[in-house]
Amino acid sequence: MNRPAILELRGVDVAHGRTPVLHGVSLTVGRGEIVTLIGANGAGKSTLLMAIFGLPSVSRGEVWFDGQPITRLPTHRVARLGLAQVPEGRRIFPGMTVLENLVMGSMVGEKDEAALARIHALFPLLRERGGQRAGTLSGGEQQMLAIGRALMSRPRLLLLDEPSLGLAPLMIRRIFQALREIVAEGTTLFLVEQNANQALRLADRGYVLANGRIVLEGSGLALLADPEVRRAYLGGH
Amino acid sequence: MSFHILVQQVVNGLVLGSVYGLIAVGYTMVYGIIGMINFAHGDVYMIAAYLTAIFLAALTLLGIQSPPLLILLVLLLTMAFTALYGWSMERIAYKPLRHSTRLAPLISAIGMSLILQNYVRLSQGARSQGTPTLIQGSVRLFENGPDQFVQITYAQILIVVTAVIGMSLLWYWIQSTAMGRACRAVQQDRIMAALLGVDTDRVISVVFVLGASMAAVAGTLVTFNYGSFDFFIGFVIGIKAFTAAVLGGIGSLPGAMLGGLVLGLAESIFSGFVNTDYKDVFAFSLLVGVLIFRPSGLLGRPEVEKV
Repeated sequence: MNRPAILELRGVDVAHGRTPVLHGVSLTVGRGEIVTLIGANGAGKSTLLMAIFGLPSVSRGEVWFDGQPITRLPTHRVARLGLAQVPEGRRIFPGMTVLENLVMGSMVGEKDEAALARIHALFPLLRERGGQRAGTLSGGEQQMLAIGRALMSRPRLLLLDEPSLGLAPLMIRRIFQALREIVAEGTTLFLVEQNANQALRLADRGYVLANGRIVLEGSGLALLADPEVRRAYLGGH
Repeated sequence: MSFHILVQQVVNGLVLGSVYGLIAVGYTMVYGIIGMINFAHGDVYMIAAYLTAIFLAALTLLGIQSPPLLILLVLLLTMAFTALYGWSMERIAYKPLRHSTRLAPLISAIGMSLILQNYVRLSQGARSQGTPTLIQGSVRLFENGPDQFVQITYAQILIVVTAVIGMSLLWYWIQSTAMGRACRAVQQDRIMAALLGVDTDRVISVVFVLGASMAAVAGTLVTFNYGSFDFFIGFVIGIKAFTAAVLGGIGSLPGAMLGGLVLGLAESIFSGFVNTDYKDVFAFSLLVGVLIFRPSGLLGRPEVEKV
């Protein structure tokens, strides 16, 4: 690892109320890298992403972003530092129009025309549907909107929680194609996926999370070839 | 004869409905954003009535004579100070309970209501207070004999016009400004709004400030119209405005405005044609009726989530 880290977790413990979820998780995302975190349902993947934003807050250990500790920062302050999240379940604002959802993504709500144009180029559908209520979009369209909204703040690091969940194969391919374009433009990607095959093919490196602990790490291709990973997460033999 | 009564009661109902609507907006916005009923909101209206009298006296002492200027200054000062009450109330009684159970802020609100009432009773006295009537005069419509006419006072016109202006400004603010958009975002998904960099605590404060200022508009206007008030006036009108908010669909801003108008008109027409003593019974029966057939209110949307 010779690239400078943009995100670093050092021995992080997180609990939901009194239930411990993560135990001493350490991981690094280098600038310009695509890193993926794979693991079974309930391993704590989504909790890990949310804990970076302090929801719930980290009970032990430290989170660093771009050379500064963000462990105890309130959620909205973290969001203004240059990292954005596409959370589990997409969480678009259903009662707002597609355009309003996108504008919500740009920092303090000021309309950033250049960022908007870039997202419209990436997902032309979001331009066509600009005036439509976001709640009426299909699942895949909502996923595009959630990604577009996260990109509106021009983040240096994008966290994605299962962007392929519940989508048709064609839509998954379109989403992953878009992610490649986003990376090509210089955004660092930290991707949580159950769809380990797609994720590991896209990623430079990967971590495997099981029962709240990192149990394996390596390059994307190495993990893809790992017999243990194939058996547990890829349905291979 | 009944035509004149009907038109007169519709006029009175519109005035009453505007007042209910102005207060109901505060209930519905707070409910929309943090899911609690602010039981102290009616008392914020009561505070506004007292502040109106205080500012009116102070400005008159300073030698301001012109009624329009006096009305405008009193309205703005009362809005500002009542907003401060709204802001402090949220800071003291609700914010510390943000991550507590759902019931805790509700009980805290009842406590806040008792504190405000008794604070005013102790500092201002329990007796009814009054202000001189600033706005005199009226117009008569459809005049057709000595007791066949519809009378609209200038004070009533002022109430309806100010309410319409106030609501329109609020609506514009919610729909078209960045802060208004942030408000709607927090209402729809507070966690997601925070993930996008919205300072949700600040948005909640702003909602309390706005709700209190709208109640202040109602308090000032009604005081100009009736001239008399006491420490307990917030209770009944608070319950009525809350009813209006539920009737229209709690959480919905146009719902609160519509609910206020429907309730005001219903109450007033019932008083004119049936019985004045039972107007409250009729108002609350209307609420029960609407809730049986439309549990989420006239304009409220049932909570359906698309996954």
